[in-house]
Amino acid sequence: MSINLAAEVAPATGAASQAWLLLALPALGAAVLLLAGRRRAQGWGHLLGSATVLGAFVYGLVLFFESTGLSPDQRTQDLLLFEWIPVGSLDVDIALRIDPLSLTFVLLITGVGALIHIYSIGYMGHEREDRSRFFAYLNLFIAAMLLLVLGNGFVTLYFGWEGVGLASYLLIGWYQGRGYAATAAKKAFLMNRVGDVGLALAIFLMFKTMGTTSYAGVFEQIGGQSTAVVVAIGLLLLLGACGKSGQFPLQAWLPDAMAGPTPVSALIHAATMVTAGVYLIARSSPIYSLPQAADARLVVMIVGAFTLLLGCVIGCAYDDFKKVLAYSTVSQIGYMMLAVGLGPAGYAFGILHLLTHGFFKAGLFLGAGSVMHGMNDEGDIRRMGGLWKKMPITFATFALGYLALIGFPFLSGYFSKDEIIYAAFGEEGWRGWVFGGAALLGALLTAFYMTRLLVLVFLGKPRWEGLKSEDGKDYHPHESPSTMTIPMIILAFGSVAAGGILATMLPEWLEPSVGAVAEREGLVSHGMVAVMATVAMVIGAGLAYLLFARGEQPVERPQRVSWPVRAARADLYGNHLNEALFAKPGTWLTRALVFVDNRGVDGLVNGIAAGLGGSSGRLRRTQTGFVRSYALSMLGGSILVIAALLMVRFA
Amino acid sequence: MLTYLAQEPLPVPETTAIEPPPVGAVWPILIILAAACAGVLVEAFLPKHQRWSTQVVLTLLAIVGAGAALAGYIVDAPEAGELAMYGTLAVDGPALFLWGTLLALSVGAVLLIADRSVEPGGAFVATAAIRPGTVQDRAQVQSTGMQTEVFPLTLFALGGMMIFCAANDLLTMFIALEVLSLPLYLMCGLARRRRLLSQEAAVKYFLLGAFASAFFLYGIALLYGYSGSVRLADIGAAAAGTDRSDTLLFAGLGLLVVGLLFKASVGPFHTWTPDVYQGAPTPVTAFMAACTKVAAFGGILRVLQVAFESTSWEWRGVLWGIAIISMVVGAVLGLTQTDVKRMLAYSSVAHAGFLLIGAIALTEKGLSSTLFYLLTYAFTTLAAFGVVSLVRGPDGEATHLSQWAGLAKRSPLVAGVFTFLLLAMAGVPLTSGFVGKFVVFEAALSDGMAPLVVIALVASAVAAFFYLRVIVLMYFSAPAEDGPTVTVPGAFTTAAITLGVIVTLLLGVAPAFALDWAAGGAFAIR
Repeated sequence: MSINLAAEVAPATGAASQAWLLLALPALGAAVLLLAGRRRAQGWGHLLGSATVLGAFVYGLVLFFESTGLSPDQRTQDLLLFEWIPVGSLDVDIALRIDPLSLTFVLLITGVGALIHIYSIGYMGHEREDRSRFFAYLNLFIAAMLLLVLGNGFVTLYFGWEGVGLASYLLIGWYQGRGYAATAAKKAFLMNRVGDVGLALAIFLMFKTMGTTSYAGVFEQIGGQSTAVVVAIGLLLLLGACGKSGQFPLQAWLPDAMAGPTPVSALIHAATMVTAGVYLIARSSPIYSLPQAADARLVVMIVGAFTLLLGCVIGCAYDDFKKVLAYSTVSQIGYMMLAVGLGPAGYAFGILHLLTHGFFKAGLFLGAGSVMHGMNDEGDIRRMGGLWKKMPITFATFALGYLALIGFPFLSGYFSKDEIIYAAFGEEGWRGWVFGGAALLGALLTAFYMTRLLVLVFLGKPRWEGLKSEDGKDYHPHESPSTMTIPMIILAFGSVAAGGILATMLPEWLEPSVGAVAEREGLVSHGMVAVMATVAMVIGAGLAYLLFARGEQPVERPQRVSWPVRAARADLYGNHLNEALFAKPGTWLTRALVFVDNRGVDGLVNGIAAGLGGSSGRLRRTQTGFVRSYALSMLGGSILVIAALLMVRFA
Repeated sequence: MLTYLAQEPLPVPETTAIEPPPVGAVWPILIILAAACAGVLVEAFLPKHQRWSTQVVLTLLAIVGAGAALAGYIVDAPEAGELAMYGTLAVDGPALFLWGTLLALSVGAVLLIADRSVEPGGAFVATAAIRPGTVQDRAQVQSTGMQTEVFPLTLFALGGMMIFCAANDLLTMFIALEVLSLPLYLMCGLARRRRLLSQEAAVKYFLLGAFASAFFLYGIALLYGYSGSVRLADIGAAAAGTDRSDTLLFAGLGLLVVGLLFKASVGPFHTWTPDVYQGAPTPVTAFMAACTKVAAFGGILRVLQVAFESTSWEWRGVLWGIAIISMVVGAVLGLTQTDVKRMLAYSSVAHAGFLLIGAIALTEKGLSSTLFYLLTYAFTTLAAFGVVSLVRGPDGEATHLSQWAGLAKRSPLVAGVFTFLLLAMAGVPLTSGFVGKFVVFEAALSDGMAPLVVIALVASAVAAFFYLRVIVLMYFSAPAEDGPTVTVPGAFTTAAITLGVIVTLLLGVAPAFALDWAAGGAFAIR
């Protein structure tokens, strides 16, 4: 049973005993690049940055193959690096947990990360001056993300969690000259703080109730805690996960984060960092699997299902290439959340979808980057069209990623998403219908907006002819250099094959970390789900094709549109909601506090200061300089002292 | 045990069999006093031009020799302390700690006193008897002679202080008090510059000191009447176990304490402090502020813990009040001072209040923390007055605060050192002042004096204002146009200031060894 996972931790041996190298390589890369300065590292910075991640990937592979050689109950290993915070009863170590779950993430992070580093060499080619700093930040991100997934306790996880938040902030605001990028970076940072508070409180609560924050300690004792504590920890962890993974109600920062360079969007805001929330829930599976935590899991499911629909609906209305993909990411992470919220029936499939999504979403983003790279950084898909002739490789790889995402039979997404839909239908009673139905509806909508995207960008008439970009240049779409296309091709292979290969192996491989997959009799059979999902996909794709592939598409965005489109364009009023619920009251509160501070606190402080100064000025007049008055004051003091002593004694 | 009534004729206290006094324990005192006498002879017999160098060497050798004797004794000192000089001196853990502190401080003080480069010819006038404003006085301004009697006077005062904090009976304590005070009265009046102010300070100090001594002596008389003995331990035993009139006891205690508090410049018996600190030659002020405070609190600690521990319920509340008055007076009056030396004087009044908190926490921690606080405060003050002596205008030291404006622009090193010392007085972490306050307040808290600690914290916050004001003045104000020059100090003053700064830093960063030493033992109650 998954609850007793803690008992099976063995000390790391073999290659795993040097696992700190995984963290050290990218961290060293970041340090060297940042300290060397942009001019000195201009020639070799990108090579060093890519090499460290590639090295970490190779090392991760070695670890992986060594681990597969062990029996499943020996695959969870701990490696103590050093004691970090030994104060009183709080004892936090920097230690690594090497188990199937963390190794899976290590391979995803370093694998996709390495590809995106290589891609960035070409993509950032225009900005040679600053390129080494960019690679330093990317390396910093990889190091922090690896610490997040490899740490063996919640505090270490939190360290990495904040580290990726920092890297994300730095990279979203990469184009410092553009105001909206700076705003987006700030927005991401602030909204993430909301989630981080949840995570921090969860950690405090663990320490308060169980006196430990390590996975082993917490998972061992969580069973003995009261329902209230378990649910509270579960909900607080979920709040943390919502912040990092862009789940409702903290989803609004993720689309804005697309202001960063496209490789960043692909790596951090699609493939890896935003899945940290899913990792957190899956890692905490011994907490969520408890019967006491059923309510917390239900909330996870509701958040996941709601977010997946929300992302789909908004994705249908956007005309910005990367924002459509961003909402698609929000929606797909919603699927993962739904899956891990399902408990033992879904953990493995959540992770499976996370991996396949990592491949095809990274590929799609790289495709988007490649298109924008060739189109003077244009992001408006209404100004594109017919690009398949100009960019055949980009089109082919993008199309494969697209098919994988919408769940085309026997491509990656098909395997992972169908499993989630099937597992959702497996819930009892109304829950099965609601969550299964939502997942199925999401599949339809996904096919719709992705087809719309593909059609508007690559098919149809070339609407960009005769238009000029913002800086007044003509569009000359061209295929990207090979440093960019090769990673896209590799990711396309992943989009095609990863799902099929992983679907059979992954659940068994992850068993030591998240427990065995619980088989349940669902409302509908497995085959039926496959058929329904495929039908939904075909309906969605067909509808989009009918609407957008035939006839002219306007270059300008139509303004007279129906209410649902207006709502979707306004992010389903997510920003308005945040503004009305939090930002406005927050502003009022700050204003009120400033008022109280100015009038009340400052008044009090200045009043006290004036009072002390005044009394000082008066008191100093007693210091007359005459010995007679000094002697008198001493005499008076003495009489008082003696009188007081005698009074105390005889009173 | 004494169980007779006060009305009966007092019998002669039992004389213990006369045994040879264990001299080993008191070698440090003997060396200091012998050197002081030798210094007087040097004044009498050596030609004028040789006296300064001879006196400096003699004085420093005496202090170092006494320090060596002390170190040699500490190595195999009995754990519980021992009595020396027929029981008149108690050489125990606190006494040894205070002796070490006093000797180390007086090295710095003597270096400041001996300096002749900051003020050409030294801070002391050649012939103090010449009246200010006369023709002879004007002629003397040109000369560079120095009153070298100041060195034996310093040694006498030092010897008195050492006896004072080891005195085991009240009469010895009184003699020691006079031995330490009389030289100080004289030294206050020796300033080369601003002679009138200096002589006025000396007279004030003398008059008020005599007044306080009278209180002290009367207190001794009453206590003798109560217990039939002047021995601290006997008084303690009598207070714990007789049914005689407590009026004598508490009136005596009150008068005795007043005399002690006067020396320690605890408010409301502090009135002499600002005037004397300001008027005295700055090296003497440094010596007085550092060493007298140590000796006086050594005496207070011993008297309270040895003789009056059993009656602490009665007097503690009164000393609470005095500590509060001292802290409040020091902190609040310090706010409006415009003279650096007066400001430091009020700061010392506030610090005396903090020290009193530690002194009335009658626990082991209270004792050791007060001893540690004395060590930290004394070195910081010594160095601070050393720095004050460096900032000079055309007519001597520029002590008015307005003259310190923008000092950091002209001499960043002096301003930096002074800033550090002020921060130490304010109790900022990484300085000894923080650790000192911390241990004293901790001791007071664990002895159930939380309200007093809160008041102390508020007072130190208020006091921090005037320390920080000087820092702001030095760094963020435009320099005064005819501002003072900062003298490049000679080797002596540099050494003294460096000593103070290093101790302040060291005790702030690594206080453990000094804390261990301060906790080395309790008073010997015999």
